[in-house]
Amino acid sequence: MTSNPSVTPIPLVRAGYEGILAMWIAVQKRSATARPDLISDADLARQCSEVLSMLLEGLASGSMDVSSPGWEGMRATLRGISLSRGRLGFGPSETALFILSLKEPLFGSLQELDPSSRIDAILELNHVIDRLGLLTSEVYQQGREEVSMRQQQEMLELSTPVVKLWDGMLALPLIGTLDSERTQVVMESLLQAIVETGSTIAIIDITGVPTVDTKVAQHLIQTVSAARLMGADCLISGIRPQIAQTIIHLGITLPDVVTKATLADAFVAALDRLGQRVVSTGATSTGR
Amino acid sequence: MGVPERLTVALRTQDDVVVLRQRVREQAVALCFSLLDQTKIVTAASELGRNAVAYAGGGEAMIEPSLNSGRVGLALTVTDHGPGIPNVEDAMRPGFTTGGGLGLGLSGTRRLVHEFDLRSEVGRGTIVRILRWK
Repeated sequence: MTSNPSVTPIPLVRAGYEGILAMWIAVQKRSATARPDLISDADLARQCSEVLSMLLEGLASGSMDVSSPGWEGMRATLRGISLSRGRLGFGPSETALFILSLKEPLFGSLQELDPSSRIDAILELNHVIDRLGLLTSEVYQQGREEVSMRQQQEMLELSTPVVKLWDGMLALPLIGTLDSERTQVVMESLLQAIVETGSTIAIIDITGVPTVDTKVAQHLIQTVSAARLMGADCLISGIRPQIAQTIIHLGITLPDVVTKATLADAFVAALDRLGQRVVSTGATSTGR
Repeated sequence: MGVPERLTVALRTQDDVVVLRQRVREQAVALCFSLLDQTKIVTAASELGRNAVAYAGGGEAMIEPSLNSGRVGLALTVTDHGPGIPNVEDAMRPGFTTGGGLGLGLSGTRRLVHEFDLRSEVGRGTIVRILRWK
């Protein structure tokens, strides 16, 4: 850190503010990574001026550690810019380059310092700008992770609807991978629906489950057992020929579980259990 | 059509097992496996991949097409550096499990493929190589 207050770069940066800003914007516009298609000149100028003001504020705090309280304003500004640029379609390196491109005009403003203080000042500012560049990448990464986490949660809920097929009959169409977490969600929603609707029979359709291995089979068996404890019988439907053959080779047995090839077959079997059946009225539907 | 190349899948979490299944299925489709053969090799890959994650804290899977003597097959080698299997005979017996599963993974996998080779050393890890011909 520069010990002699007379050679600190802050006054120079403050005095050269307008020049640095103009040059920074110009540097970005002529660089190969300029994206006039994504951001307007006005927005770019506003972002640059915000960052430069915050840089002065941070430097004025006396600390060169960008994680210290004096740099809170800068961190908040960069977070906002990084997230909004992410939404606009900027890649993480483009946003980092936005910050890193400040070096050239910033270092240029230090001409008046004597050579040795200038090197000190450049080294320090260089370090600060690098850290700020990294910060934008971290924020970008966090934003992406939040999106993917939310999508994962949404998928979990979306893919496990329990539908009422008939009075006292539920259907649970499973789609995708049946891992432990999914099974937990599936089981909970099924048991909840059994209580709410007073159903005595549930059809679990696995047409949309691409792979049935021993773990998936175990999860199915557990779900069926739990439903049985609640007083509901389960039928499993949608077992495709290749899945049936694979299950046999694996040595899996599904004890006391009625299985059907299609959901339609299972529906008929379930109606039968309820003592009901669908009969033809003899009349054909006339298009109304 | 280009011959599929060998590729590796790192196995650390359950999500990696999903990736492994997808890669194996892609390769099996590229080799024109029938739907049944695809399902068998994918299911076998799923069992071995999950074992590596659940019992050995992760590992690596290598998928490679086998084009020996005019026959077309898909081979999968799952390697881990976990605790190893103390008694392979027990582990291969249907119903034997140390992890609360059904205990059918290894014995079932052997029946799903044409070649099955398991080598394990306690404290060093386990290598399982399977191969299914088209």
